[in-house]
Amino acid sequence: MPPNVQPMTPLTLTAYTLVTANGRGVGPVFQALRERRSGLKPCDFEDIPLKTCIGRVEGLEDFSLGNELEKFDCRNNRLAWLGLQQDGFMVAVAEAKQRYGTHRIAVVMGTSTSGILETEQAYRARDPRTDFLPTWYTSRYRYTHNMFSLGDFVRTCLGLQGPAMVISTACSSSAKVFTTAARLLQVGLCDAVIVGGVDSLCLTTLYGFSALQLLSASPCRPCDEDRDGLSLGEAAGFALLESSERVSRRGSVALLGYGESTDGYHMSHPHPEGAGAIHAIRDSLGRAGLRPEEIEYVNLHGTATRANDSVEDKAVYSIFGARPACSSTKGWTGHTLGAAGITEALISALCLTHGLIPGTLNCRRVDASLRSRILRENQIGSLACVVSNIFGFGGNNCSLVLGKLS
Amino acid sequence: MKVAIHGIGLLAPGLAGWDASRTVLAGLRLFQPGAVPDPEAVLLPPNERRRSSDSVRWAVEVAQEAIGQSDLDPREVATVFASSGGEMGVFDQLCRALATPERVISPTLFHQSVHNTAAGYWGIATTCQQSSTALSCYDDSFAAGLLEAITFVCVEQRPVLLVAYDLAVPAPLSEARPITTGFAVALVLAPPSASSLASMHLRLEEAHQEDTSSLQDLALERVRLDNPAARSLPILRAIATGGSHRVTLSLLDSQQLVLDLDPCRN
Repeated sequence: MPPNVQPMTPLTLTAYTLVTANGRGVGPVFQALRERRSGLKPCDFEDIPLKTCIGRVEGLEDFSLGNELEKFDCRNNRLAWLGLQQDGFMVAVAEAKQRYGTHRIAVVMGTSTSGILETEQAYRARDPRTDFLPTWYTSRYRYTHNMFSLGDFVRTCLGLQGPAMVISTACSSSAKVFTTAARLLQVGLCDAVIVGGVDSLCLTTLYGFSALQLLSASPCRPCDEDRDGLSLGEAAGFALLESSERVSRRGSVALLGYGESTDGYHMSHPHPEGAGAIHAIRDSLGRAGLRPEEIEYVNLHGTATRANDSVEDKAVYSIFGARPACSSTKGWTGHTLGAAGITEALISALCLTHGLIPGTLNCRRVDASLRSRILRENQIGSLACVVSNIFGFGGNNCSLVLGKLS
Repeated sequence: MKVAIHGIGLLAPGLAGWDASRTVLAGLRLFQPGAVPDPEAVLLPPNERRRSSDSVRWAVEVAQEAIGQSDLDPREVATVFASSGGEMGVFDQLCRALATPERVISPTLFHQSVHNTAAGYWGIATTCQQSSTALSCYDDSFAAGLLEAITFVCVEQRPVLLVAYDLAVPAPLSEARPITTGFAVALVLAPPSASSLASMHLRLEEAHQEDTSSLQDLALERVRLDNPAARSLPILRAIATGGSHRVTLSLLDSQQLVLDLDPCRN
């Protein structure tokens, strides 16, 4: 079935930055990829006794945002701030402001749980007599837990005045930001978009995935025959997107296509045949104007749950066969939920830039029932086109095609 | 950018559906906010309805009303769900449980806590596999949702169902976010065509002083200011009144949506 979409103008990632459990900035993140060093460790977050591993970003506990940003203070925004400081990102945004003006740059962020950790802590500090929440919390809810907090915070930090919103479609949130950004740029409502995603550890997701019996006790093992669940992580990533017709350097990484779909099947189980995933991947190729044979690497959603990896394999195999290399990078970062889209898009950008296909970390023996070509060891060699898949709760799917501009 | 409005859904105390509310919105009948509605959302499979939160049922109720007017197959319509806070009632239950020493939470409650819960249930109820986005922009969530929906229609040249909803926030979270009246609205938007309810032209401008969005009816104006989804009321009033109208909606402190509404068949 041909995709029902038109090819799009590529969007250049003029600048980007990423913080994960592997380190602050794209340098340390890429080094960990190359050296196959995982950021996952036994859970040491708050007082949580769950037997699981997490990809915690170090240093967020003792951290101050400074007076002007104090009202935004919460783990999620601290992580966002840390991300904004890396890789010269603020300088690149300042240059874009010079080029276009503050009203012509949009901010589209993704997160799944925003600053919910503040609400969890506030509920523990309720007045036992009146049930009231503490005022340190109620006066700052808007700037911490509310779903728009991250968008407000990033817009404030960067001094931008264009359209802004936070997309929250569970795990696909910060993949979807690219699609909204692409549309805003195409209709000319702005000249550049800051896309990004930040999700941080909290009790809700740790106990929630534990209740769903989806947490592994050991570091997650995507595509492994003995995989037994995911590891949660946290991350912040940002990219400055501009039309390649305006900013185009040979070898720059660009968003070539995107595809979105839903399963319409179940809130937390994927469609058994991967129907939604297939639809998203096909549309991403259609917008990129590429045939499946032109994709060299598929960065899998690869959460390491039994169901996800097996259904995703069906979808990927049905489109690509066993030709492109496939791997999941969740073994490095953990599943960063609402930040997974931007994390894996930017990891894909690093792979394109440096000519590296990461082999699936922690995958000791590939599940024999998977038919795609799952890579276990890193592979060096030039790379031109990558597909990155993200699927989430509510059956929300998004695939992105990234490539190098020629 | 121009789109056609093919269907409208509405639910709030005193505003029980679009057709029943038109005379109130047009100022021909007094707005009397009565009992809080308890919508059935009949489209939801019984199992899902039993488990679903109030906000899911409110969102699905207005979505099915709007789609019903449009003659479109819901499986062909992409969705944009806009809500300031999402599942505030679920957060209350989750955070209460997480504040106990046992910290036992139900897996169902957990997957119902995501911002795209209503979007997900709509997809399950209709088996729709089109794109679906859920977003927030605090008090301007409706304006941001409208921007996303119109942009989608113009770029993809396909219809979109926009649903904006926020429910009354339960105590003690209401101290943090005092929304006292539930409100849900849905618009089916599509590329311009003659057979629609109205057409809507959008321009995005830098904010300036002129604000035409307040309502004369003071009780309705209180609802508009109370609930982010009710910021849609000036659009609904314009369509209910008939004739051509300009409505401005603020988008954050720096920009505004300027919307020119024109009737088609009414």
